Amino acid sequence: MKAKIKNSLPPLAMIGPSVVWLVLFLVLPLLLVVGISVLKRNGYGGVEFIPSIEAYKSLLSTDYLKVFGSSFLLSIETTVICLVVGYPFAYIIANSSEKIKPFLVLLLMLPFWINSMIRIYGWNTLLRSSGIVNHLLISLGVIKIPIEMLYTDGAVLLGMVYDLLPFTVLPIYTSIEKLDPSLIEAAKDLYCNKRHVFTRVILPLTMPGVFAGSIQTFIPSLGLFYIADMMGGAKTMYIGNLIKNQFMSARNWPLGASLSIILIVITLLLMRLYGKVGSLDDMV
Amino acid sequence: MKETEKTFLKKSRKIKNNPWSVVYACLVYIFLYMPIAVVIAFSFNTSRMNVVFEGFTFDWYISMWSNTLLMQAFKNTLIVAFVSTLLSTFLGTLCAVGLNRFEFKLKSLISTSLYIPIVIPELVFAIAMLILFTSVNISMNMATLIISHVTFSMPFVVITVRSRMAGFDKSIEEAAHDLGANELHTFTRVILPMIAPGVLSGAMLALTLSLDDVVVSFFTAGPDSQTLPLRILSMVKKGVSPDVNALSTLIIIGSVLLLVSTTLIQNKLEKEG
Repeated sequence: MKAKIKNSLPPLAMIGPSVVWLVLFLVLPLLLVVGISVLKRNGYGGVEFIPSIEAYKSLLSTDYLKVFGSSFLLSIETTVICLVVGYPFAYIIANSSEKIKPFLVLLLMLPFWINSMIRIYGWNTLLRSSGIVNHLLISLGVIKIPIEMLYTDGAVLLGMVYDLLPFTVLPIYTSIEKLDPSLIEAAKDLYCNKRHVFTRVILPLTMPGVFAGSIQTFIPSLGLFYIADMMGGAKTMYIGNLIKNQFMSARNWPLGASLSIILIVITLLLMRLYGKVGSLDDMV
Repeated sequence: MKETEKTFLKKSRKIKNNPWSVVYACLVYIFLYMPIAVVIAFSFNTSRMNVVFEGFTFDWYISMWSNTLLMQAFKNTLIVAFVSTLLSTFLGTLCAVGLNRFEFKLKSLISTSLYIPIVIPELVFAIAMLILFTSVNISMNMATLIISHVTFSMPFVVITVRSRMAGFDKSIEEAAHDLGANELHTFTRVILPMIAPGVLSGAMLALTLSLDDVVVSFFTAGPDSQTLPLRILSMVKKGVSPDVNALSTLIIIGSVLLLVSTTLIQNKLEKEG
């Protein structure tokens, strides 16, 4: 009996605190979101304890469907651009000489260490109508009047791609690094040409990295409301900004909560899909 | 023989990077670093407006210290990052060692739920925390901010430390016990030195996540616990004064130094391990 207590104490003492922490500050809050989403809103920015699916019903209105449409479009555009730009980039880093490779990876990681708000603010400075890019174009005689670059949908897309590109590149880089060189050697021995080595050997084998990179780009892109605030001047409404507004200004908690549930459902679906091609550990 | 075979294969794998790919990689790096370069450049600009470079000055590096709002935000950022890194590293390391060591019923459930904060959109987690604190009538302050940061960074620590422990020989631990070491000594003298590189990279990850966070802080910081990114966000519409650039430049330099030094320490730990 005594021995049993002694043996069971360490696991409890070691894992217990984290489990309690996660239950209190992760599981419980998420359950509250689910709960709030099926309650009725009262006029004072809170909720009444009356079950209601009002919030979910209102999501079907054309206004909100438009928001979903523009958000998904932006997130898909972001993910595709990040993949198209990021795959060759990851490939080049992975194939660089062993001497400079660690340095190149460090250079890729470094922006993570600088708050993304500072970096996005840098773009804001660059693109402003009185900003550097316009100034440069005018002094070169390319344009006469400054172009409105900031506060456009294109600027938001640029900010998203900029912020998320390293998240796309890293998993792809890892999967290219893991590639067994003897497979490529074998393909070459069997007279496979360069293009086929890529399309039939390298690309299929690095698909888990491509998937992981896409998910790590797509999911966060749905919630980065501050990029739309900094670069888009809130002209087009995106799902992240809509959720933010429900808790900050509009004070419609059930609507904000139900929108969050939609995001969770999308995440779970994508993770399920991903579970078929790769392991969760590759996501970290 | 095996070594030469390996290097041979490695060489033959190289579909050598041609000059165009070098140009391409450079362009991507320029894209990644251009806004950072702009922030740094304008911290030395005499003009208040971040438009044209008028002249060189160090003035902003002096005047920023008397910008109380900015300094307060900077202080808050550091406190939150430091405390949340410490807490999440402590909790996460304990949890990782525990999960690695014992077999029990709920183990796979716990391991899987550790991935929740990693995969769900930050925004959802942020509003969940807002709802939690509001529904128990706690107004946002430093503590709510730190709690939130610990929650999203701790799972990263657990996973980093666990992956480090994956290949461990458990007999070393048993040997320590056989030689009369108690639990505490086994942990501090045998396990901890072995997992040190993992703990360090977990802590660095937690620190980065905290310093880089905007979304969660936006919802869980109170009026007195605004962090630097939140301050920048609120200033951007009205125009940001160059003392923000000056402070950002110092932060960038600090980050680079920290990253380089931890990479060096880590390499050293790897060699010793």
